Amino acid sequence: MKTREVTMLVGLAAMLAAVFLLSLALGSTPVPLRHVLMTLIGTSPAPDTAAIIVETIRLPRSVTAMLAGAALGIAGLQMQTLFRNPLADPFALGISSGASLGVALVVLGTGYGPATAFGTAMGIRGDALVTMAAIVGAAAVLGLVLIISSWITSPTTVLILGLMFGYAVSAVVTVLIGASQPERLQQWAQWGFGSFSGVTWQRLQLFGPLTFLGVLIASGTTKQLNALLLGERYARSMGLAVRRARWLTLLGASLLGAVVTAFCGPISFLGIAVPHLCRGLLGTSDHRPLVPAVVLMGSIVALVAQIVSTVPGNAGVLPLNAVTSLMGAPVVVLVLLRSRHGAFAG
Amino acid sequence: MTGAALRTVDLAVGYRARGSQRAVLEHVNLAARSGELVCLLGPNGIGKSTLLRTLAKMQPPLWGAVQLGGDDLRSISPGELARRVGVVLTERVAVEALSVRRLVELGRYPHSGWFGLLTESDRRVVDWAIEAVGVRHLAARDFSRLSDGERQRVMIARALAQEPRLLVLDEPTAFLDVPSRVELMGLLRRLTRDAGLAVVVSTHDLELALRTADVVWLALPGGELVTGAPEDVVLSGGVSLAFEARQIRFDPEARTFRLLTGDVGEAVVSGSGVRAALAGAVLEREGYAVVPASDACTLSVHAHESGWNALADGVEGSGPDFRSLAVFLRGRRAMT
Repeated sequence: MKTREVTMLVGLAAMLAAVFLLSLALGSTPVPLRHVLMTLIGTSPAPDTAAIIVETIRLPRSVTAMLAGAALGIAGLQMQTLFRNPLADPFALGISSGASLGVALVVLGTGYGPATAFGTAMGIRGDALVTMAAIVGAAAVLGLVLIISSWITSPTTVLILGLMFGYAVSAVVTVLIGASQPERLQQWAQWGFGSFSGVTWQRLQLFGPLTFLGVLIASGTTKQLNALLLGERYARSMGLAVRRARWLTLLGASLLGAVVTAFCGPISFLGIAVPHLCRGLLGTSDHRPLVPAVVLMGSIVALVAQIVSTVPGNAGVLPLNAVTSLMGAPVVVLVLLRSRHGAFAG
Repeated sequence: MTGAALRTVDLAVGYRARGSQRAVLEHVNLAARSGELVCLLGPNGIGKSTLLRTLAKMQPPLWGAVQLGGDDLRSISPGELARRVGVVLTERVAVEALSVRRLVELGRYPHSGWFGLLTESDRRVVDWAIEAVGVRHLAARDFSRLSDGERQRVMIARALAQEPRLLVLDEPTAFLDVPSRVELMGLLRRLTRDAGLAVVVSTHDLELALRTADVVWLALPGGELVTGAPEDVVLSGGVSLAFEARQIRFDPEARTFRLLTGDVGEAVVSGSGVRAALAGAVLEREGYAVVPASDACTLSVHAHESGWNALADGVEGSGPDFRSLAVFLRGRRAMT
């Protein structure tokens, strides 16, 4: 790796640490950074309110944000390289629509939802149910697309297939919405906003290992992704078993996207934006520096989005999904305009 | 090294679709030795790319076998194959923000470990490959900003970094201008000599191929393959069979094509050296057959230092350049 790339990675890591601490300090009740550090180290004098807020609410939320951001970032990078398409993201195979169908069936059909999640026994059950529904929905669509795509040679056709599945499933969700009661719609909308706060320590015990392992496995595909930079034919001529690599990468990236969606709701845009940011920052398409950069940058962007979403303070929170898009869109446009050819131009 | 680096045994290449097979080339028995530059020629759509893809195991044969250094292609694993055969394709590679050196390093894929980290010896091979194709001055440049000719050289360097014994190139000169084409063929020829590689390259550039190849594989319409030294293939009449059309004839002695523009009459050309030859070219383009001096001829042209003089059916003409000669000839044809 070049010195410039190493410097960038070290810089990103430092930035992540800073943003992480900030995310613990900022919120509706600001906590001084000194208190945050003391709580983290475990030397907090007495279990005061601030320590409890940091420990039980903000810490799991920030860890979730980091893991989700890293997962979406690396999955987005995999999809963009695999499809050689700058618009591909972890949900390219329609899994986010699949997840939303699962959730729509549960929330609109039964009235259980994430809005009832806090406190009551019923709420926790409802929350777990929503996660289950999202996973089942995403897995069903993913399975179908993967099975059909194993007969397809062209990556572009696979991409279109995923897009069409997404449209069809979204249409079904719209039909469900049209036929449901207004108070359930409110809960449905709540899920669609996306949130890192729904993942408690207890749920993190499942979410944490799943995403962490997923990111680790995805990092192992660095070499294959590099071979795919020149297209599938060249990749094959250099010794890559292309079909298998494609299938496994699609599966891994989609599962990461599905898990994040199931626990945090649909977090759009992060998966598209982060790889572009990193390519622009590092000035290379080589995945060896790009993969660690995307993991760090994904965590940073997710944490920043989390911080921004709490800006209204006591007045509530901004929808996370809106924050990621509002933040990300201008940045990506800027990066694309600045690179002289456009990120994927011939 | 003795024997063939590449051999095909009663090979048939083509496509399978819904249970039926469509062979484009059948009964293919070819061999390429180490240190030989082989040019695959033939009209469009005859199956050159299909054959090359089959040789590189990018597509299965319909029947028959391909042997690489004596081993059946089917028994060679993808990784092992990549260490034996390097491939360069026609398609333009669209990759953004990748330095030439990094791109060539990709060629170490079949040799490097799980994470793709390069050792010192890997780096030496990459250096050698970059040097061999003459792009060392471009090593730090962004691949996407290179000219087409430079890109093809870099793609060849990447293939060389695989340390193959056989290089297969599918129309690598397709997008190149004339000097780049000549240089590229020269480079391939040098690789066969310096590195002892066997190189199989398909091209549309027949005249260039006939001048540079050691061996020509010529695919004829109908699917027959004529092989041999370029001169053998010319003598066999295969080139004429494969490429001649109503308006075009292959001249075996000059090893070039002639455009047939009509049959206006015969002409005698006099003058010295290149001027006479060029005056002959003008006459030919205007539909005259240039013949040695004869009495029956109605047109004679003399090329000299300050232009040309012509005598046609008693009409005299002269001019300072070939442009005016062409105008004179056309004017004369319009009168008759």
